[in-house]
Formats: sequence, structure tokens, C-alpha cells
Amino acid sequence: MGENIATRAAYGKALVELAEKYPELVVFDADLAGATMTNGFMKAYPERFFDMGIAECNMVGVAAGMATCGFKPFVNTFAMFAAGRAWEQVRNTVCYPGLNVKVVGSHGGLSVGEDGATHQCIEDFAIMRAIPGMTVLCPCDGNEMRLATEALLNYDGPAYMRLGRLAVDTVTDTIDGYKFEIGKGCTLVDGTDVTIIAVGMNVQMSLKAAELLKAEGISARVIDMHTIKPLDTELVLKAAKETGCIVTTEEANVMGGLGAAVCEYLAEACPVPVVRHGVNDEFGRSGKAPAVLEAYGITAEKIAECAKKAVSLKK
Amino acid sequence: MDASKRKLLALNAAKARLLAVQMVHGAASGHPGGSLSCLDVLTTLYFDVMNVDVNDPRKEDRDRFVMSKGHCSPAVYPVLALKGFFPVEDLKMFRRIDGHMSGHVEMNHVKGVDMSTGSLGQGISVAVGMALAGKQNKKDYRVYSILGDGEIAEGQVWEAFMSAAKYGLDNLCACIDVNGLQIDGRTCDVMPSEPLDKKLEAFGWHVIKVDGHNYDEISAAYAEAAATKGKPTMILAKTVKGKGVSFMEDNAGWHGKAPNDEQMAQAKAELEAAIKELEG
Repeated sequence: MGENIATRAAYGKALVELAEKYPELVVFDADLAGATMTNGFMKAYPERFFDMGIAECNMVGVAAGMATCGFKPFVNTFAMFAAGRAWEQVRNTVCYPGLNVKVVGSHGGLSVGEDGATHQCIEDFAIMRAIPGMTVLCPCDGNEMRLATEALLNYDGPAYMRLGRLAVDTVTDTIDGYKFEIGKGCTLVDGTDVTIIAVGMNVQMSLKAAELLKAEGISARVIDMHTIKPLDTELVLKAAKETGCIVTTEEANVMGGLGAAVCEYLAEACPVPVVRHGVNDEFGRSGKAPAVLEAYGITAEKIAECAKKAVSLKK
Repeated sequence: MDASKRKLLALNAAKARLLAVQMVHGAASGHPGGSLSCLDVLTTLYFDVMNVDVNDPRKEDRDRFVMSKGHCSPAVYPVLALKGFFPVEDLKMFRRIDGHMSGHVEMNHVKGVDMSTGSLGQGISVAVGMALAGKQNKKDYRVYSILGDGEIAEGQVWEAFMSAAKYGLDNLCACIDVNGLQIDGRTCDVMPSEPLDKKLEAFGWHVIKVDGHNYDEISAAYAEAAATKGKPTMILAKTVKGKGVSFMEDNAGWHGKAPNDEQMAQAKAELEAAIKELEG
């Protein structure tokens, strides 16, 4: 395994590294540059950084205006406020006209930890995915995050990307043939009994779950589904046909996000048992991040349990 | 302003008013009241103030306009048609399933429109972004926007005002169409916003108050805005909602209602008389 780095940190570094190559890149923040880690860009390229204060709705609109003039704005704040507070601005002022604004939500999910439920956004996948034409990403590690950031710079149109707070192991850099492409998932481990489709740091948990399952004689495939929308339906269909059952796992409400996307697709294309692992339609609460994740069952052990359940549901 | 210019503006505004009411009547829906109130300001912008090219609507160095109160498409579309961006005939496609002229102002299907709007309070932020882009690119184009006096109850508007002052956007000139009415009644009853001049000045804007139906005052205000350095300018235009159609004037009921055939005939007669007088 490679470097242990939070995706927000990898993103912050990527912005700085990519700035010279992409002169149209401009970065917005809403008084959270230290936390979203856009502060590196702020220091390196102050003339291309705009701190809009605690006013996320206006930030999205101003970015949209700059996008109409050829810039490639990345707007940054916590997922709660990027996807939540400014949802309608993202919908009407960015997505409807199809403007080239990247909405980046840091500190997604329960792993915000101590700050508690008001800052633990578990709905962003669902509400961003519900907007017509919106692209929704959540890379799992530093390597993937850097590649995703550059891919977004080359993608003309609106997109939402969630970043995580916690440092996570880099796992994608040692996978043979790994290649990042928006809308294309990546099989990290092959398996025949069940497929675990994961997003964000649940990818690393799923790799551990696959090991736990292996010890019990269950062969689990693990897919890193960094793009929730558009969903890589080809890869999902192949997994359903070849392993006969699916587990989805995400640090988000089980309603409306990755699990829902997979279920919606498979219900029509190839109905097989799907067990959705994630937050079970309840608010988070304060605590150290690992303790909160444990309390809500966002662990490798729970994912392995879900996989066994999925296998048992197979006819 | 010389008499011929004043006459040109008055004539275009009167024609735009007739087209606006006809569009709403034809679609049997739409927003005539606030469209008619801001039409003298909008006509002055497109026929006196703004640098635009009808043959190259997306020209990089053009001035830009954002109708923040995006329901006033019956003001924007006729002015763009009269300016020459597309045939007046296209206005018949307003709000139709087989047409391209959406109910709220739409940039991707209507030539000459710089930004799609509709959800109130959001357009002004976009105008701020366009002005910021102009500063960033060291371009000397200017950015204009019109807001409704009901719209400014949206908190985002004040976020936008703060950010325009922060970046010293003297290339931005917005205008609040102070017609005093909104859907539920008088703005002073629904959500009082005065004193707007003092509020805007406190937010770091240069403020100019005008009679929003007086072309000399409107034109002079835009010239003053262009000469104002280091801060954005807000024109507070006192207007009459439904201006130009007697039975729509100063009546909140005409915010979002279409005239019936009889009312249309009366509006047409009144506006055609105004046009004839100006042409005569």
C-alpha cells in the first residue's frame, strides 16, 4: 500500500500542481480554505483564489458567472454546504444552463467526526445525483483524487466531487492496469461469489472485507466505483451476471446514493440480490471519527456480513 | 440626450411593451407587470448603453446583461428581437412546447441572452462573476443586471452585494426595478426593504436614484456608473408596475397573469396609439 493521505489533502496538492497547466482554473472557497485544503492554492496563486466568505449560494453563482467567461471554477466548502445549502443554486444556475463549474464538497459523510450531525453530510450523493445531467464523483484515495481532479479539468460541464476528511491508505497505485476515467469503475480484486461495489473510503474497507471473506471461503470481487453518476452499468451488469449478488457500500444514506443507483439499474437489467450497506436513514452524531463509523456500522466487518447476507439470498 | 435618441428609445420601448403583452396573451401565461415596469431601463441599456454585436452574440469583449428577475422574459425577449438578435416572429414561440422561448430567460436557446435565470436572487451573483472575470482577464467590458424590488428579500442578493464591493467591481452596474409591488401585494407590506439607498451605500455601492421611465435620467445614471471607480453602482429606478397599459398599472394582480382577448384589445389600442404618436 502507498501513502496514507486524506483525499482533501491530495486534492489541495493537485490544484497547485495543475495550476500552471490549466490557466483557466480558478478556485473559490467559503471561509474553509484550511479545512478544504485549498489554502495551498490560495498561497501559491492568490490572484486566482477567491474567498467568498460564509456565503455558499453566492459563491456558486459567482463561479457560474466566471464559467460563462471561459474560466474553469472549482468551488469548495464542506459537502453539507456545497451540496446542501447551495443545492438549488447548483441546480438552476450551474446545471440547468450546463456551465463548467466543479462543486467540491469536502468532509463528506460521518467521518467528519466530532462536529456532529449538522456537518456530517450523508445526503450529497442522493441530492446531487438527482439533478439531470450532473456528474457525481467520490475518489477513494490520494492517487485517484489527483487523477480525478485533472479529469474534471478536462471535462466540460457541471460535476460534484466529494472529498474525505480522514487520511486513508492509497490502494489504487499498485493495481495492475489501473486507469482513471470518469464513469468507469475499476475492479480492484476479482472474485466469483459476490461483488462489493464501493465508493470513497469504503473501498479500503471493502478490500479488508474481501480478506475476511476469503478466510471464510467466500470469493469477493471489489469494485471501486468512484463515479456514482454516470454509473458504469457495463461493469455492474458483468458483476451481477458473474457473481450473482451484489453489496453496495458508501459513507452515505442507503437511500438515493450508490446503492440506489445500482438497485435502480439492476432491477431493470438483471435482478439479483443487492444488499445496501451505508447509513441506515438516520443522522450522525459527535465522536472521534473511527468511533462514529463503528457506531453506525461503517466497518469492514459489517461489509463482510452484508456480503454473506447477499450470498445467502442467491437462489 | 438629443431628441432623436429620446424618441428612438421611447419608440422601441413602446413596441417592446406591445410585444410583451402579446407574448403573454398568446401563451395565456407569463409575467406582464414587472416586464412592463423595467422596459424603459432595459431599452436604454440595449439601445443606448451596451456594446453588443447582434451578428456575434457571444463575442468575448461584449457587455453582458443578466436579468436577475428571470420571469421578466417578456421584457428581455422583445428587446433582443427589436435589437436584431432574432426575428420578432420568434416571440410567438414563447412558453410553447414546440418552441424555444422558455418561460424564464434562457441562454442556450435564445440568441443574445447571456445567462439563464428564473430562480430569484441568483442572477446578480452571476453578474458579479462576469464582472470578476472581466477584471481577471483585464477586459474593459461592463456587466449589467436588473433585479426586482421583491427579489431583494432573497438573502443571496446581499451576499452578492457584499462580494461585488469586496472586489471593487466598478465594471458592474445593477439596477433595482422599484415598482413597489410583488405577488402578495405592496413590497412595503410583504417585506419592507427601504431605505434601499442607505442600505446599498452601507454595503459599499455607489447609489443613483432615477425615475425609471425617464430616458435622460436613466442614460445619465449609466454614464455616471461608468465614470465611478473602485466600487459597483446600483441604480434605484422608481417605476410603475404594468407601465403603459392603463388597467395593469400599479396593480399587483398583473404580476403573473395573462390578459384575455378583450383586455388584449384594449392594451393593443393603448400601446398602438403610443407608437403612432411617437412615429407621427
